[in-house]
Amino acid sequence: MKILTEMPDVTALMPEIVMTCLALVLLMLDLFIRRKEITALLAIVIAAVVGFFLTGSSGTAFSGMFISDGYSSFFKLIFLVSLVLSVLISIRYIKIESVNFGEYYSLMLFSTLGMMLMASAGDIIVLYLGLELMALSLYVLAGFLRHDTKSNEASLKYFLLGAFASAFLLYGTSMIYGLTGTTNLKAIAHYLAANGVAHNPAVMLSVILFVVAFGFKIAAAPFHMWAPDVYEGAPTSVTAFMSVGPKAAGFAVFGRVFLTAFGGLQVDWAGILIPLAILTMAVGNILAISQTNIKRMLAYSSIAHAGYALIGLIAGGGNGVASMMNYLFIYAFMNIGAFGVVIMLRTEGFKGEEITDYEGLAKSHPLAAALMLVFMFSLTGIPPTAGFVGKFYLFMAAVAEGYTWLALVAVIFSAISAYFYLRIVMYMYMKEPKAEVALSTSAPHGIALAVATCAVLLIGVLPSGIIELARAAVAGF
Amino acid sequence: MVPLHWYLLLSSAVFVVGVAGFLTRRNIIIMFMSIELMLNAVNISLVSFSRYLSDMRGQVLVFFVIAVAAAEAAIGLAIIIALFRNKATAHVDEANEMKG
Repeated sequence: MKILTEMPDVTALMPEIVMTCLALVLLMLDLFIRRKEITALLAIVIAAVVGFFLTGSSGTAFSGMFISDGYSSFFKLIFLVSLVLSVLISIRYIKIESVNFGEYYSLMLFSTLGMMLMASAGDIIVLYLGLELMALSLYVLAGFLRHDTKSNEASLKYFLLGAFASAFLLYGTSMIYGLTGTTNLKAIAHYLAANGVAHNPAVMLSVILFVVAFGFKIAAAPFHMWAPDVYEGAPTSVTAFMSVGPKAAGFAVFGRVFLTAFGGLQVDWAGILIPLAILTMAVGNILAISQTNIKRMLAYSSIAHAGYALIGLIAGGGNGVASMMNYLFIYAFMNIGAFGVVIMLRTEGFKGEEITDYEGLAKSHPLAAALMLVFMFSLTGIPPTAGFVGKFYLFMAAVAEGYTWLALVAVIFSAISAYFYLRIVMYMYMKEPKAEVALSTSAPHGIALAVATCAVLLIGVLPSGIIELARAAVAGF
Repeated sequence: MVPLHWYLLLSSAVFVVGVAGFLTRRNIIIMFMSIELMLNAVNISLVSFSRYLSDMRGQVLVFFVIAVAAAEAAIGLAIIIALFRNKATAHVDEANEMKG
């Protein structure tokens, strides 16, 4: 029984192991399931089981290649929440789009698995594998409407640019490997500190290559080109999923790599990230103003939100990272909620993607309009919604670290963003309905919207719980 | 023995060819091949570093890169076929319904 005693300790990665097995089982079970709603329900059950295992996992596995700590667990919570909400809003939608296949849910599970690996990566090899698992599943999901040329185009653009960006990640990895002789993040930090090579041009070049690759994943300008097209062309439920989970995963690796491996170089990479954050907020908020398609507008809005979250990373330290995680958690609810309302307008034969389709929605469907109002207020950052809490803590962290001017710039861009978010509210409440807009509702969809609304309002009124959770999660980082 | 920097020069040259090919060519298949070229450039440098440092980690990563590149090829070609069925083109400029 020698082999058994030599089995590595895998308690740290139980959630991932369970997720892999159950996702594969679901993929096969789906062959025998006629009603795809059951597949969706099983996917949610799997997410719940993984969440249960998540509470018991901590420590490292495979000699530091895989780390399960508070930081990774918090991000995994974000991924699971966004997975469940996205599945709930997908059920009716993919039926309307007549792509009601069970593989859809399996791909979502695999993509979430990739994100979970990314959040826990203690080694660039694991990070790369997680990133590719997430991205490859998403390329397929983006092109899930096979007969729609827009969806094909979205998937193609996402694929080409995603593969291009991951080549940059690998080139940066090979450079840092050649210099330090390791791919372990902690060992890299140790080597850089011990040998005084922190200002070697090769290190700076690999930092830049990592910024390019991760900047692509979080859709930060100037690496955002793909986002509007992909968000517009992909199925709306996939857009909701992909604007939250992968973005949070991108931030998870951003934080992990830059604060662990390049922690000693913070002055240098903060100098790269500050212009990036300002440019991202500028591009996202200013280009969103002129959009007429709501999915495209929300794509630019999600670019802008990546800019805000970057501020938390730039501020660094426990407070900065905690405020970034807190923001991404809140963003998951408000953004999926907003996309949930967009999906409701999609009925057979009616796209409901134009902003003008929202004219007079408050008269015909007051509840849907009220929900959209809550999410738009939250995205703008108006109290008492969660969006305000998220932004408040981000900017406070920036001010505490001496980046007062950066916080001011972000506040100015938030004020600009009010224009395009509140325009939707204005269309809904102050215009007369032009045409009769029907809503497609279902019980799961209602549950998702109710959860998102409650979360947005509750966190807005009682923020301390989630803030404490994020702070505690960062403590062990 | 061939010195390390020759390999690194080769690797960066191949990488640059890949980047240039991706940015200038408009046929999707050729853009895709350029990406593969970039990945293989990385493989060259990883293997040479691995040999130079007498450390196996780099070669392990190369195996992962090759495996992932194969998966990427499968998905990429499937996406191209899906586009081709609807549009009968393998040219990126004709996939232009949304303004980017």
